[in-house]
Amino acid sequence: MTRIWNKNKALWLLFLPCLLYYLIFRYAPMFGLVITFKDYNLFKGIWASDWVGLKYYQMFLENPDFWPLMKNTFLLGLYKLVFGFPAPILLAILLNEVRKAAFKRFVQTVSYLPHFISNVIVASMVIMFLSPTGGLINNLLAWIGVGPINFMNEPGLFRGIYVLSEIWQHIGWETIIYLAALTAIDPQLYEAAEMDGASRLRKIWHVTLPGISPAIVITLILNIGKVLEIGFEKVFLMQNPAIYDTADIISTYVYRVGMVQGNFSYGASIDLFMGVISLIFIYTANLLSRRLSETSLW
Amino acid sequence: MVTLYPFLHMLAVSLSSNVNVIQNNISFWPKGFNLSMYKLVLGDPQIWTAYRNTIIYTVLGTLISLVVTSTGAYALSRKDMALRNSFTVLIVITMFFSGGMIPTFLVVRSLNLVDTVWGMVLPGAVSTWNLILMRTFFSGIPKELEESGRMDGLNDIGIFIRIVVPLSKASFATIALFYAVGMWNNFIFPLLYLRSPDLFPLQVLLRNLVLAGSASSGDVTSIGGDNMVVEESLKYATIMVSTLPILVIYPFVQKYFVKGAMVGAVKG
Repeated sequence: MTRIWNKNKALWLLFLPCLLYYLIFRYAPMFGLVITFKDYNLFKGIWASDWVGLKYYQMFLENPDFWPLMKNTFLLGLYKLVFGFPAPILLAILLNEVRKAAFKRFVQTVSYLPHFISNVIVASMVIMFLSPTGGLINNLLAWIGVGPINFMNEPGLFRGIYVLSEIWQHIGWETIIYLAALTAIDPQLYEAAEMDGASRLRKIWHVTLPGISPAIVITLILNIGKVLEIGFEKVFLMQNPAIYDTADIISTYVYRVGMVQGNFSYGASIDLFMGVISLIFIYTANLLSRRLSETSLW
Repeated sequence: MVTLYPFLHMLAVSLSSNVNVIQNNISFWPKGFNLSMYKLVLGDPQIWTAYRNTIIYTVLGTLISLVVTSTGAYALSRKDMALRNSFTVLIVITMFFSGGMIPTFLVVRSLNLVDTVWGMVLPGAVSTWNLILMRTFFSGIPKELEESGRMDGLNDIGIFIRIVVPLSKASFATIALFYAVGMWNNFIFPLLYLRSPDLFPLQVLLRNLVLAGSASSGDVTSIGGDNMVVEESLKYATIMVSTLPILVIYPFVQKYFVKGAMVGAVKG
């Protein structure tokens, strides 16, 4: 025992700050989830508050907002998956076909850029460009004779706007993984395909796509797992009460009900409920992929 | 093109004279060049406070994150550390499950970190993704170098400081950049953990000025005829001023980001 201690003392000491961080800021909150079964009272603290069992879960399930919120969260995630997932693959393949190295580098550099701009700025840009008074997009529409559209007040448009802005923000960055996979493809395969008289499209179909398919599958599992984990920041910044019908999702609801209105127990219960569903998603996605393609995360 | 144009448009509008902004005839180049919007933005003391706060959070946060992440990652990269696998499992679990917004807030509050600088830099000190990335970097360092250090009488901490750190400058730079950008752009922490406007970073100020729509000061009305439009170029100017550091530094550091992302992509 003392031997193990002496041998590992220094390494454990190095690891200590990291361990403390995880215990305090990652694990303590997990134990704090007991408040979802209690009536958390600010003055009594977590331990002295009264047990209420599943009251808050029942409250959420019976809330008329329950289904709309689930639907909004799920649809937004699904749209992002369906339209956002193939976009960087397409861009990577297109970039791969570009022969001029300088042009390729320029396109890459520029397309990574929005990934480093804050959500506040991206949301501001979206809202201002779409503004009915003097916004860039409405100016263009006016030019072709279409009257001003109040984009950010149309519940029907929110999902599309959000997903498009997500693609704009992250498409370049997400191509990196595919471009890395592309460099691993043996150039001889392309030469062989050429010998067989394959056209450009044929080469993409028979050489490029199979070459990057492992990367595609792994990214797809990760993305399916994250369908319900839509970033809080950007939705929160882009939404307004006029479009809550489609723009209000679980995490923004948790913030409003839990943090702003102070219903800590209720808010945390909703969060935990979604966390568990998310976990089931990841697990199922991984299981399916292991069965179907023999690629999996674990 | 689609990526660059929005930035050029904002720059053009923010630099143009009001008449042209009102007539909506600006696309690429500023018309009736004037800097009055920038004078207004830079004359606002709020911007400077927010700038200072952001810089403090970014520098302090990046330093803390870098120290905690690198020491932790190094320990995890050493195959001979006892309990290594248990620690790894402990950390990986947090990638799939977390306490969520509210319990985390309660922890931060019970530590009296709400409305302090520490509330901004400690709760996010380690990103599991960056930790794994760094562990991968460190695993690549040849074992012989560590052994030679041991011959010279260094202990594990000495080996880390004298041998591993100097050898990993590039990876430190990459991870530092990841943390710095994250901290610079962070909006959710100040939203949750800060109360007093004196502590607000740029992102919160930006949201208040640009999205919540309260114009920065009473001066706005005296400048142009049509408030809405002047407000627009004022907002663009504010966005440009607060984004400029990233836009300027970006071309120089981009290759580090890409390298970091590549390592992450390959090792998964």
